[in-house]
Amino acid sequence: MRTWDRRRSTLLLLIAAGAALLAVSVAGGLLTEQAMATDFSRRDLAPCWGYPFGTDWMGRDMLARTLAGLSLSIRIGVLTAGISAAVALILGTVCAISGGWADAAVSWVIDLVMGIPHILLIILISIACGRGLWGVTAGVALSHWTSLARVVRGEVLQLHQAPYLRMARKLGVSQGKLLRLHLLPHLLPQLLAGLILQFPHAILHEASVTFLGFGLSPEQPAIGIVLEESMGYLALGRWWLALFPGLSLVLVVALFALLGERARLLLSPASAQG
Amino acid sequence: MRHRLGFAGKKLIRMALLLLGTSLAAFLLMAASPLDPLQTNIGQAALGSMTREQVDRLEEYWGTDTPPMERYLGWLGSALKGDFGTSLLYRRPVMEVIGQRLGSSLWLLLTAWTLSGALGFVLGLAAGANRGRWPDKLVRGCCLVLSSAPVFWLALLLLMVFSVWLKVLPIGLAVPIGAEAASVTLAQRLRHALLPALALSISGIAGIALHTREKTADEMERDYILYARAMGERHILLRHVVRNVALPAITLQFASIGEIVGGSVLVEQVFSYPGLGQAAVSAGLGGDMPLLLGIAVVTAALVFGGNLTADLLYGAIDPRIRREAAKR
Repeated sequence: MRTWDRRRSTLLLLIAAGAALLAVSVAGGLLTEQAMATDFSRRDLAPCWGYPFGTDWMGRDMLARTLAGLSLSIRIGVLTAGISAAVALILGTVCAISGGWADAAVSWVIDLVMGIPHILLIILISIACGRGLWGVTAGVALSHWTSLARVVRGEVLQLHQAPYLRMARKLGVSQGKLLRLHLLPHLLPQLLAGLILQFPHAILHEASVTFLGFGLSPEQPAIGIVLEESMGYLALGRWWLALFPGLSLVLVVALFALLGERARLLLSPASAQG
Repeated sequence: MRHRLGFAGKKLIRMALLLLGTSLAAFLLMAASPLDPLQTNIGQAALGSMTREQVDRLEEYWGTDTPPMERYLGWLGSALKGDFGTSLLYRRPVMEVIGQRLGSSLWLLLTAWTLSGALGFVLGLAAGANRGRWPDKLVRGCCLVLSSAPVFWLALLLLMVFSVWLKVLPIGLAVPIGAEAASVTLAQRLRHALLPALALSISGIAGIALHTREKTADEMERDYILYARAMGERHILLRHVVRNVALPAITLQFASIGEIVGGSVLVEQVFSYPGLGQAAVSAGLGGDMPLLLGIAVVTAALVFGGNLTADLLYGAIDPRIRREAAKR
């Protein structure tokens, strides 16, 4: 008997990655004060032991700024991915169950949302909400549900024809009960994996839109803001201002992507036992 | 042939409706904005020192005093005749601004689109054909990192390495500073477009490579491949797998237009490249509604046009689909 199969190592990796992300998010939240503290006696320090990520032109500790920014990004990512997964679940199910014009209308809206490049759509929604934290949150949440909604719709359509569901309907099980007892448990794994796989996109788009100036305000230590500020100092050779925050962002996003990929493998019956 | 035309016609009508929807959605979003274009562009202090008539005239110029639905219908009426209004920031017709900006963006978009598609396809094939071995692991690792990196950060990195550190390429803009428009040579233009195009291409590779890898790996498991192997056939990859993987790859390639256009917004911002994306950002920040609306419609047309082309190409490439459509 193998005691160390892939299922277990995947589970372990899931826990470790989740813990790391949680740690970053908590540490960043606690460091927000420190991320904004200026100290002109330590301006423009290259990375050293005291300040591993260096300091900027106002003497702010880049490590604290990076962690605070990542924490903000993770929290926004979790919130927006949650909202968009909920929207996807509701619209996808409604689409598949009611059929007819409701299906056609929602499918049309999905095509519409997918037709406008994501960044542009987020910019538009963010402008509609007056920019800022809520602008970027609404923008990312309302533009990422489309592909998952399509998946849910297809899945429900397929399930609807499954013998056990047709049987249940013939036995007079109510629509609500059908949804709760028979459809949701089937959709959950797909939805969960889809949800985790949305994080990377959500975080990247949040950072991008903030970078362009349509997201979080310049006072907040967001990753997009940090990188936007670093642009002005690149030509002066302050490479650490852009390198480390960006690298940390890549690490966090890659961790989420790995997590989602592994969760998908673990949750789908076809590959879970491999 | 007739059914092909009918198919294309139906798709075209759908595309027109989607474009209409895009313009309405973009318009409503902008109209719902609490941001006042007057305050954004003129400033509180300047507004306070103006007379009532001056403010009224400005309000009329920025169109903040007419109700939104009336404004939309007015815009739609003239847009259908080809007049997309006047850009408030550039004070020129919107289509003229977009045409000029798209002209300089098109270089970037086309290079990035073909380069990322071709490289992604080849890498995906190589990884899929060697599933589980080192080429696969290498490609997958690279793709994970690339797809996790924001495109503007990649652009910043390229800028740091090639422009600041090695000093071999210009740091931004589309032409040398202070040069006359007429005296700019093609070589100079290419030099300025090189880094943005590279950043954009790199960011597009990951998605296409990973999808192609998946399809190739699936295809390699098929029975006919086993049979071909058993028969001692060589060049299985080129002769059989590529044909079967080509179709999903084309869908993906055309579907990636939206991503590339979206990425160009960020890349152009980093390199101060005067393209469509940069115009979109300044229009958004400055509350230039006609221009932003025009850009949204034009980019959506690009994306829908790409999808339409992919649908039409299917029939041309795969005879099975053509026959299937003829039967219906």
